[in-house]
Amino acid sequence: MTDQTMVLRVENISKRLGGRQILKDVSLELHRGELKVLIGPSGGGKSTLLQCINFLIPPDEGRIWLGEQQIEIHRKQDLYAYRQKVGMIFQDFNLFDHLNALDNVSIALRKVKKIARKDAEERAMRELERVGLGDKTTLYPSQLSGGQKQRVSIARALAMDPEALLLDEPTSALDPELIGEVLGVIRNLAQDGMTMIMATHQLGFIRTLADDILFMQDGQIIEQGSPAELLDAENGSRTQAFCAKLNELSDESET
Amino acid sequence: MDEWNFFIHQVVPALNRGLVQSMWLILPSASIGLCLGALVGTLRAYGPLPLRKACDIYATVFRGTPLLVQLFVLYFGLPSIGIYLSPYTAAVLGFILCTGAYQSEYVRGAFLSIRRGQLLATQALGFSSMQSMLWVILPQAMRRALPGCGNEIIYLIKYSSLAYIITFIELTGEGKILAVKYFRYTEVFFAIGLYYLFMVTLANFLLTWLEKKLYIPGFGRG
Amino acid sequence: MMKTLQVLCDSFPYLLGGAGVTAAAVTGAMLLGLLIGVNLAVVQVYCGAWPRRLVGLYVWFFRGVPILVLLFLFYFGLFSVLGINLSTFVAVILVLGMTSGAYQSQIYRGAIQSLPQGQLKAARALGMSDRRAILSIILPQALRLSIPGFSNEYSILLKDSALAYALGTPEIMARTHFVASRTYEHLPLYLMAALLYFALTWIGVKLLRKLEEKVRIPGYSLN
Repeated sequence: MTDQTMVLRVENISKRLGGRQILKDVSLELHRGELKVLIGPSGGGKSTLLQCINFLIPPDEGRIWLGEQQIEIHRKQDLYAYRQKVGMIFQDFNLFDHLNALDNVSIALRKVKKIARKDAEERAMRELERVGLGDKTTLYPSQLSGGQKQRVSIARALAMDPEALLLDEPTSALDPELIGEVLGVIRNLAQDGMTMIMATHQLGFIRTLADDILFMQDGQIIEQGSPAELLDAENGSRTQAFCAKLNELSDESET
Repeated sequence: MDEWNFFIHQVVPALNRGLVQSMWLILPSASIGLCLGALVGTLRAYGPLPLRKACDIYATVFRGTPLLVQLFVLYFGLPSIGIYLSPYTAAVLGFILCTGAYQSEYVRGAFLSIRRGQLLATQALGFSSMQSMLWVILPQAMRRALPGCGNEIIYLIKYSSLAYIITFIELTGEGKILAVKYFRYTEVFFAIGLYYLFMVTLANFLLTWLEKKLYIPGFGRG
Repeated sequence: MMKTLQVLCDSFPYLLGGAGVTAAAVTGAMLLGLLIGVNLAVVQVYCGAWPRRLVGLYVWFFRGVPILVLLFLFYFGLFSVLGINLSTFVAVILVLGMTSGAYQSQIYRGAIQSLPQGQLKAARALGMSDRRAILSIILPQALRLSIPGFSNEYSILLKDSALAYALGTPEIMARTHFVASRTYEHLPLYLMAALLYFALTWIGVKLLRKLEEKVRIPGYSLN
């Protein structure tokens, strides 16, 4: 599924916040159709890295390419255009609270891409159907469950025809019984060949779908490899130890 | 019957005259005051630090002192430094400054109540600052500020009666003159009260209607 | 400049006395408003349709008519028609108190309605009459929640009390105006009056915050 076309290249990103080094020289490459997973203890810099990639947090140092083009953050129009091509899914959804599901998905099409309302709404409708919410278009965020909100936010990102999606722990704010519906949508995206980088701790999902795992700690990527390499119980990797601990915790909470 | 004649031929015409004068006070004060409040409130939420501090001080001073003191400063106090305002000018200026301070509080609160994630989401979709202000921040802030700002206008309707104390003859003033002349305080002041009740109830009705019209689940009162 | 300072110094004790009158009037009015407000709130939450309608009428009237008009209506009108001869000071307390009662009732009503339903049920289950339950269980909780609203109402009422000037009550504004019209130092004197109002607001809000801390129960605050 993965080919060798480079979609996104991140080179030597560093970020200090409040006197603390959050990211140290982080580099990564994302190829077309690839699903990279960021994993690691909280506070390790996963969320900051994702937000630096589309400049929601401006990195102190480092360079970013989308395809062949290096992104120049100081050129506003370039920045806006770049962000339209890199979708972002937030932990806490960040749906627009004053708009119903359909308008949440269509507003950027109408106001940013200047697509006519009728076409924008048709497109939004298709995306909502794709995430299984074709019957919830007129509901407002306060009337949706967490899982439904996150699926709307995925539809909102997909409607922009992104070349890559950044997903920042998309299921961590959800009740356990709602996680499945969101992971299901992401699984379909992966199988359709969407290029994604995702911070998550859903081990089952990682095992079956991740092409590559990046283990982050203290602002650095300290291990990288396929699930088969890193999650093998025999190899003694940090990733494996971390995941074993996660497994233990989830086993405890289940019993 | 005599009573009836007194009301029809004396009270109603005088109070109607006063009502028109009160409208001349309320309409410009409420609209300009709302604009001032929107401007100051926006500056207090997003403005550069020195300006923000200055606006905070303005709001604290005008919200912390009685409107009557403000009117007295404008009407009786300013002549001490050579500025003479007519009763009407002093009243409208005082109302604008005072109501603007209260309005700014609601506007500021509305902007600050908008979660940071809303802005992040617009940025992630490639909105420019102007676009996210126009299509996401303002529509939300407007709904949050509406009940407070509307109530402030209703307060202003009632407090417009203070203009009488600095000798601008409006509804309360016309009534007072009549009451003293005919020595009929209870009836006349009750009638004045009804005029204000009518204005306040009408304004309240409009506000509720507007709130309903703009209602979105998750926003508004309660 | 020297003359201004002289006037300010000379009149300060007199104006401070005015602040005392203002404070006494506002305190009296707040307490009367508390009494009226609590009763109205209980009626609005627990009584039948007609008593509720009457309370609604009361609140509508006192919230819809300017305080200045109410002062004139009651002092020059109703009180004298009824043959009640009152000092302006008492009249101001009564009118401000009745008005504040209308506003305060909304604070207490909100507080009572925010309590969990189970509180009243549990009290009834213990064999309390509704009256007893409201007095011993509901109000102690609701009033604690209402202190911030009460404090807010205090600072509003304090400013409204300046209108007592129109009846000639010797409070801050009347005394300031009196001195100003004799010394022609209007601007500095009114600014001094403003400072006195600031000080009274500050003191009252501080005291109420002390009260709030004193009666605090773990787990009790708005939200």
